[in-house]
Amino acid sequence: MRITRVLALAAAIGAAALGTAIAEEEIHFPAQKWSFNGPFGTFDRASAQRGAQVYKEVCANCHSLKMAYYRDLGGIGMEPGAIAAIAASVSVPTIADDGSVAERPALPSDHFRSPFANEKAARSANGGALPPDLSVITKARDGGEDYLHALLLGYGDAPATMKMGDGMNYNKMFPGNQIGMPRPLSDGQVDYSDGTKATTEQMARDVVTFLSYIANPEMEARKRLGVKMVLFLVLMTGLSYAVKRKVWADVDH
Amino acid sequence: MAGLHKSDFANPVINWIDTRLPIFTMMQKEYGVFPTPKNFNYFWNFGALAMINLVIMIATGIFLAMNYTPHVSMAFDSVERIMRDVNYGWLLRYVHANGASMFFIVTYIHIFRGLYYGSYKAPRELLWMIGVVILLVMMATAFMGYVLPWGQMSYWGATVITNLFSAIPVVGEHVVTWLWGGFSVDNPTLNRFFSLHFLLPFVLVGVVFLHIAALHVTGSNNPLGIDVKSPQDTLPFHPYYTMKDSVGICVYLLVFAALVCFAPNLFMAAENYIPANPLVTPSEIVPEWYFLPFYAILRAVPSKLGGVLLMFGAIAVLFVLPWLDTSPVRSAKFRPIYRNLFWVLLIAVVTLGFVGAHRPEGIWVVLGRVATFYYFLHFLVILPVLGKLERPLPLPESISRPVTSGGGGPLPGGAAAKPMEKA
Repeated sequence: MRITRVLALAAAIGAAALGTAIAEEEIHFPAQKWSFNGPFGTFDRASAQRGAQVYKEVCANCHSLKMAYYRDLGGIGMEPGAIAAIAASVSVPTIADDGSVAERPALPSDHFRSPFANEKAARSANGGALPPDLSVITKARDGGEDYLHALLLGYGDAPATMKMGDGMNYNKMFPGNQIGMPRPLSDGQVDYSDGTKATTEQMARDVVTFLSYIANPEMEARKRLGVKMVLFLVLMTGLSYAVKRKVWADVDH
Repeated sequence: MAGLHKSDFANPVINWIDTRLPIFTMMQKEYGVFPTPKNFNYFWNFGALAMINLVIMIATGIFLAMNYTPHVSMAFDSVERIMRDVNYGWLLRYVHANGASMFFIVTYIHIFRGLYYGSYKAPRELLWMIGVVILLVMMATAFMGYVLPWGQMSYWGATVITNLFSAIPVVGEHVVTWLWGGFSVDNPTLNRFFSLHFLLPFVLVGVVFLHIAALHVTGSNNPLGIDVKSPQDTLPFHPYYTMKDSVGICVYLLVFAALVCFAPNLFMAAENYIPANPLVTPSEIVPEWYFLPFYAILRAVPSKLGGVLLMFGAIAVLFVLPWLDTSPVRSAKFRPIYRNLFWVLLIAVVTLGFVGAHRPEGIWVVLGRVATFYYFLHFLVILPVLGKLERPLPLPESISRPVTSGGGGPLPGGAAAKPMEKA
């Protein structure tokens, strides 16, 4: 009897879930195998560092990374000296001792410099569109990393029947298929110093790995803690259950 | 010495305190030897779990509040700063955010347990009603907490929900302006929501105290739904139920830890990682999962005022449930028809949850209306009538009877405190 009810409940949930699938026309993007998937996942250091290079040379022309610091690059295995050099190559706004607006070389403790001074400057340079900040971008889109990866590879020619808006680009993964961002990646766009061939797919994979790290810099520590907590709690559950059995042993219930 | 309490504690310090303020005697009475029905199943863990969850929420919340900035131009960034720059800030925030979901999971199971075993019936009506107050305060607290990160869903959720009050005839618009502290959801709204989000959990502590105080007057219900007849039917709370609750707490923490560490954004809308923007409306405004059934009821009728009344009515019927259910039998175990209808109600509520997550078009409109109709039918029509028509199964004589009658022999008289010595 009880099982039939549980089955009925499961059927209701299943039917509703099926209804979800039918009712919504979603763009499907393939699930990717990421180094950071799963409870033991970590960020592929080499890939994330290449991704940082892609961000710096390509994305950073339009997209800010306001919440990240240069020092965050340490989390994907860059040496302090290299980080200091990267930071020093960028100048950030400051107020000089005489009160005038000036610039100084960035320090590892500085936030990534934004490409535009403010939203209006960003919009006016991009045909009215605002390039979103990428600090938490993998968490801010349904589909996360898989979606971004598919989006970067989703550019192509618009079908003849489609009327494209002024300055818009066709992307089969973008909701509505018209995106303001021009195709950002093409084969050989960056020179990887580790000899990896800079195919579009490779660059998309690398930059998404990097952005996933920037959005979740705590992920590796979080998962390590999770494994410890789960092991500990499994042990505690077993222990407390054994003690409970012992305590209840001579109760007739 | 006439006014002093006579304390039995051997430890002189405890005795000295207890003589003047008998809190040790009280704890011993309410949590030590407190007579508790001996036939609880694991569904009776969920009250204790909810209380622990409340403590976790307050503990993490206090530390989050030390690092959060309630200002429209800084709130979103301050939450991300907590995630990145505060030591273990990510843990605090993910525990707090997922703790809200865990709180509702645990509380909803606790409520449905009460519905199944008739825990709301005499003499526990007031205990149940205080529980409904707890649910309401929890909902208000959760709603205001969700606004604080000031993401897109925070902002638009706050706009939609506060606008519900505009459905009130004549004064509605004024009430909304008064709630907002302005002419749209803005900085004054965020400030007052932060203040109230900090205050309400402590109100909750007070109401929870009343809930437990009332519980300790009537004593707990039990899976058989019959009254305790003799000391044979009960066990002292400690060590029996402290130990049984410990098992439940470990499993609960296991689920909680796995959620926080491996899928911390499972219950969160991606949209809320986009800073609030009053000029851009998200394509779909969906509340947190625990509000979805109520959201579906709100949208079940094509009338704003009607929807609002239905939604609040959905909780109001719970208030009067002890008088709607006319059956004197508590546990569904002995109510062959109610037992099945309980599951129909559960399916209706789960269906409403799915309906609430979708745009009200096509099949979802129909499903939402059917499920809403059943929800009210169940409480307002079926329960009053069923109590008169249904023929309950014969009730056992006592809690200890059904298990001892099988030849198990009488319960050893000293079961009260013995097992700990054995262990």
